[in-house]
Amino acid sequence: MATTAVSEKDDAGQEQRPPARPRRRSGWWWPYALLAPAVLFELVIHVVPMITGVWMSTRQLTKFFISNWTAAPGVGLRNYQVALDFDAAVGEALLRSFVVTCAFTVLVVLVSWTFGMAAAVVLQRSFRGRSGLRTLFLVPYALPVYAGVLTWNFMLQRDTGAINHILVDNLGLIDDRPFWLIGSNAFWSVVVVAIWKMWPFAFLMLMAGLQSVPQDVYEASAVDGAHAYRQWRSITLPMLRPVNVVLVLVMFLWVFNDFNTPFVLFGTGQPASGDLISFHIYNATFLTWNFGLGAAMSVLLLVFLLLVTGIYLLITNRESRRA
Amino acid sequence: MKTRSLRASAVAAALLLGMTAACTSNSDNADDSDGGATDGGGGGGGSLTYWASNQGTSIDNDKEVLTPVLEAFTEQTGIPVELEVIGWNDLQTRIQTAVTSGQAPDVVNIGNTWAASLQATGAFMPFGDEEMDAIGGADKFVETALATGGAEGEDPTSVPVYGLAYGLYYNKAMLEAAGVEPPTTWEEMVSAAQAVTDPATGVYGLSLASGSYTENSHFAFINGAQNGAELFDDEGSPTFTEDGTVEGIKRYLDLMQEDEVVNPSNAQYDNAALAVADFATGKAAMILTQNNAGATITANGMPDDAFGVVALPAPSDAEDDIASHVAGINLSIFTNTDNKDGALQFVEYMTSPEVQTQLGRPFSTLPVLVDTEATFTDNTELAETFTDIYNNRSAPLPLVPAEDQFENTVGKAMNQMFATIATGGTVSEDDVRAALQTAQDQVQASVG
Repeated sequence: MATTAVSEKDDAGQEQRPPARPRRRSGWWWPYALLAPAVLFELVIHVVPMITGVWMSTRQLTKFFISNWTAAPGVGLRNYQVALDFDAAVGEALLRSFVVTCAFTVLVVLVSWTFGMAAAVVLQRSFRGRSGLRTLFLVPYALPVYAGVLTWNFMLQRDTGAINHILVDNLGLIDDRPFWLIGSNAFWSVVVVAIWKMWPFAFLMLMAGLQSVPQDVYEASAVDGAHAYRQWRSITLPMLRPVNVVLVLVMFLWVFNDFNTPFVLFGTGQPASGDLISFHIYNATFLTWNFGLGAAMSVLLLVFLLLVTGIYLLITNRESRRA
Repeated sequence: MKTRSLRASAVAAALLLGMTAACTSNSDNADDSDGGATDGGGGGGGSLTYWASNQGTSIDNDKEVLTPVLEAFTEQTGIPVELEVIGWNDLQTRIQTAVTSGQAPDVVNIGNTWAASLQATGAFMPFGDEEMDAIGGADKFVETALATGGAEGEDPTSVPVYGLAYGLYYNKAMLEAAGVEPPTTWEEMVSAAQAVTDPATGVYGLSLASGSYTENSHFAFINGAQNGAELFDDEGSPTFTEDGTVEGIKRYLDLMQEDEVVNPSNAQYDNAALAVADFATGKAAMILTQNNAGATITANGMPDDAFGVVALPAPSDAEDDIASHVAGINLSIFTNTDNKDGALQFVEYMTSPEVQTQLGRPFSTLPVLVDTEATFTDNTELAETFTDIYNNRSAPLPLVPAEDQFENTVGKAMNQMFATIATGGTVSEDDVRAALQTAQDQVQASVG
C-alpha cells in the first residue's frame, strides 16, 4: 500500500510524462468515490434494517417491549420453530399462505409474460395507431397502485360492482350474484388484478428488448420461407433471452412479495384464498403484536427468495454458457 | 459478459426490493422512549397534539365538531391544540407505530377495549392519585366506564371520554306491518326478523357488519357472555373454545345461515355504517348497533321517531342477560409527552360536564360522568334505554393484555365463517370450535 501511495505522488509530480505503467494511473479512487454514497445509503437503507430484522427474529418482541424494544428478551430460534411447526395453528396458516402465494405467483408471471410478449410482438410492426396503443397498454403501470386497485375493489363489489352488473344484470350469464372479494373467488380476483398491474411491465421490457433485434435477420429468414411463428421461436425468443432471464426473475420477486394488491383489494377482511404471504406476515405481526415472530417469518421468506434466485441464476447461467 | 453484468445488477436490485418487502418497517429508532422526548408533535412551545378517533359521520365532520371545542380550550388555557382525526381502520396501526417509534402525539383516543392491551406496552402515562386529582378525581366517572381504563388492580392508563352501548334498533313501521312486537328474547328477535324478511324485494330482518372483525368480536363476547362463558382464565390465557362461546358464536352466525334473516351481502360489510345505512334506507328492519349510529341514521334521512330501541335480547334460557360490552372511547396521555400539565388540563377539559354535554349530541355518545344526563337524543325513552343498558346490562370485555388479540383473531375468524356461509358453504359447531382453537393457538403463541 505504501509504495502505491508513493508512486501516486510521483505520478502527480510528473504529469507531463506519458503514462508508462497503467496501474499507477492517477484518479484510481474516482470510481470508489462515486460509488461511496450509493454504498453508504445501501447500508443504511437496506443492509442495516435487514440485520435488525434478523436480530428481531431472535427476540420475544411483543407488545410488552415495543416501546423499548432493545430490552426484549432473546428466545433463540423459538420464533422459527413456531413459524415452521406446520402442525400448529401459526405454522399451518403460514404454509397455506405460502402455497397460495406460489400458485398466485406462477399464474401471474406466466400470464403477464404471455400478454406482454404478445403485445410487444404485435406492436413491433409499424401501423397506424401503434403509439396510441402502446401508451394505452402502459396505463395500468403508470397508475398509482392504490388508485388502480381501489377501482377494482369497487368494481368487484357484490351488489354495487360493475362486474356483477355486467355479468348478471346486462348479460344475464349468472343468476346468483357471485362474491368476488370473499370466499374462493377472491383468489381469482387478486390474480386478475395483479396481472392487470404487472403485464405492462413485461410488455415494456420486451418491447425495449425487441428494439435491439436487427430487422435484417427477420428479412433474411422471410426469404428462407420462415413464417411468423417460426420467426418468433427461432429469432425473437433466442435474441430476447437475456431480457427474459432478468424479466422473469424480477417479476417473480415482485409478484411473490406483492403487498399492495391484497392490502388495498381486501382491506381488513382478507379471505383465506387471497392470503398472500407478505400480507399474511403483516397481519400475523401487527394483529398479534408479535414482531419477533413476524421478523422470523420475513427472514424465512428472504431465505426462500434467495434460494430460488440462486438456483435460477445457476441454471440460466449454465445454459447460457452451454449455448 | 455484458449481459451477465446487466443481469447481475438487475438481480441485485430486484433482490434488494424483495428484502425491503421482507423486512417490514419497525427499524425506527426507539432509543429514547422513556424520557424527555422532544418529539411530541405539535412543535413544542406548550402546544398539544391530539389524535381523535372518528366519531361523527365522517372525518371532516369530526373536525368541524371538535375545532370550536378545541379553540375554546386554547382560549381558556393558552394551549394550542393540533388536531388529527383518524379513521377506525387505521387507528390501531397508527398507535402501534407511535408506541414503537416514540413519535407520538400527546393525547390520543383509544377504543376502550384496547386499554389493557395498550397499557401493557408501557407507552401510556398511568393516572395515579396525583394525575387523577388533576383531571377532577376518579369519582366523577361512571364506575363501569372507568373500569375499562386498564387492567384490574393497576392505575388506569386511560380515562373514559365517550360512552357507547349496543342496542337493537327496530323500524317501527316495518315491525308493525309484519304484525310483530319489539323483541324481548333472542327467539322473538329471530321470528320477528323472519316475518319481515323477503329476499325477493331485498328486504331483510336484520343487517349486520359481518365483515367487520371488531363488530364480530364484540358479538362473540356478548353472545358468549349470555351463555356464561369466559374468554380468558385468571392468568390471562385465552379460553376461546369454551362451549358457551362456541354456541354463542354459532347462534350469531345462524342469523345468516339457519334463520336466513341477514342478506349474505353483509359478509362484505367491513364497517358498521354500512349496516346502519341499510337500516336507515329500509333494506333491513333491525340492526344491532351502538348508540353512535344515530348520526348516521339521521344523515341517511330517517326521522328520529321512525325507530325504537330495545336492549339486545338474550335467549330465553340465557345464564346472563348481558346486552352489551361497556363500549366507548378513552383518552390516554403518552408517557413521553413534553407537556404533561397541558395534557392533563386537556383531559380534564374533555371530561368536563360542559364538553360532555356539548359533544354528546353531534357524536351520539353517552356521558361518562355520574349525574350527567344523556344528550345524544331528544327522545327520552331512547336515552333511558341506552343509559340503562350502559349502566346496568353491560360488562367490560376482558381487561387483559391479550384482549386486542382476541378481537383480531376471533373477529377475523368470524369474518371467514360469514364468508363461507355467504358463498354457499356451511359452518357447523365443530367448525366454529376448530376456528376458535386456531385463534386461541395464535394468541397463546404470542402470550408465551
